[in-house]
Amino acid sequence: MTDVPTYPHADVVLCPGGPLLLRGKHVIEDSSGELHETTRRVTALCRCDKSAKKPWCDGTHKLLPEKLTPS
Amino acid sequence: MMLPKPRGPLSAAVFESMRALPTEPVARTHPEADEPEDAAITLWALYELSYRGFDDVDETAEWDPDLLAVRRPLEIDLEGRLRARWESYASPHEVTADFSADFFALVAAHDGRSLARFVQTEADEQQVLDLLRLRSVYHLKESDPTAWVVPRLPTASKAALMELQYDEYGCGDPNRVHSHLFARGLEAIGLRSEYGAYVDDVPLEILEQNNAMSLMGLHRRLRGAALGHLAAFEATSSIPSRQLSQGIARLGLAPDMAAYYDEHVEADAVHEQLAVRAICGELLAVEPELRDDIYFGAFTCLDLEDRLAEQLLARWGAAT
Repeated sequence: MTDVPTYPHADVVLCPGGPLLLRGKHVIEDSSGELHETTRRVTALCRCDKSAKKPWCDGTHKLLPEKLTPS
Repeated sequence: MMLPKPRGPLSAAVFESMRALPTEPVARTHPEADEPEDAAITLWALYELSYRGFDDVDETAEWDPDLLAVRRPLEIDLEGRLRARWESYASPHEVTADFSADFFALVAAHDGRSLARFVQTEADEQQVLDLLRLRSVYHLKESDPTAWVVPRLPTASKAALMELQYDEYGCGDPNRVHSHLFARGLEAIGLRSEYGAYVDDVPLEILEQNNAMSLMGLHRRLRGAALGHLAAFEATSSIPSRQLSQGIARLGLAPDMAAYYDEHVEADAVHEQLAVRAICGELLAVEPELRDDIYFGAFTCLDLEDRLAEQLLARWGAAT
């Protein structure tokens, strides 16, 4: 018998130093109460709080000093 | 698309052979390339037979053994050149147990000159149009070279690559296919959007970028390099895309073209995570011996973009 594995696969992924990946269709309420609907199958949500496109990630975390990036 | 203009004796002879198929067999010998552009446009055209082909070349040319015999030494030469550049790269990358952190660090440490930053703040309209013409050779077949890698991957890496590619190809909606968004942007900004429209205008650096992606995509042996290239491409896309979009807006150029780059700000913030952590990470979990090739592909992506930036900024007279 060959072992056919089951792979771990999360719907919400916290990327070290980076965004939160969200799989599937979601509506996000931001801190000011505004609603944002996801438009793609996998979405990156800002965790560093510096994105110009919040609530979405725009890669800005890569410009921050390490101590300001999310764990 | 018709065959491009030859750029020397080799491409002139090979293109003539291609047009003559299948009536006449391909010549057994061809002249030597007289300069790198001659070899590069020949290889580019031979690779194109596996994408959309040419209106003036019979479809059987793709697998003609004599044309493959012309292609092979050109590929060996290209791969040898790319590997030599990688081997002479001054700052070797760190290898720890955390591949994703190492990979993002390698990309962050690579500080070549940025075309996007120049477009954001200084470029004039003609320079932006120049850049878009050059980019069109790849963006009109965006993601296609990577699609060839799919059947060569173990399960988890394959699923992750398809998750990314599904987005590149519009999640089932042809209007959102990235190459289509770029075509719409080209038309809106007053450029031609036909596939391959500007191949005759592009410099060696663009041909090398495109040939490197085809080489890595077409050879199963180079699957690690293809995915390393993809990961580096995605990891250097979000912020530059925002700069390009801002530059296009600054000049008051077509919003449809800015929209293409805006789409890539958000999309590639997702894709870089998928490409590094899931696609390359899962491949390495099964085939750890591909680590060096992943880095070779990544470096090649960054290095070829540096070479293009140097060439274009010098041509535009931009200060160093």
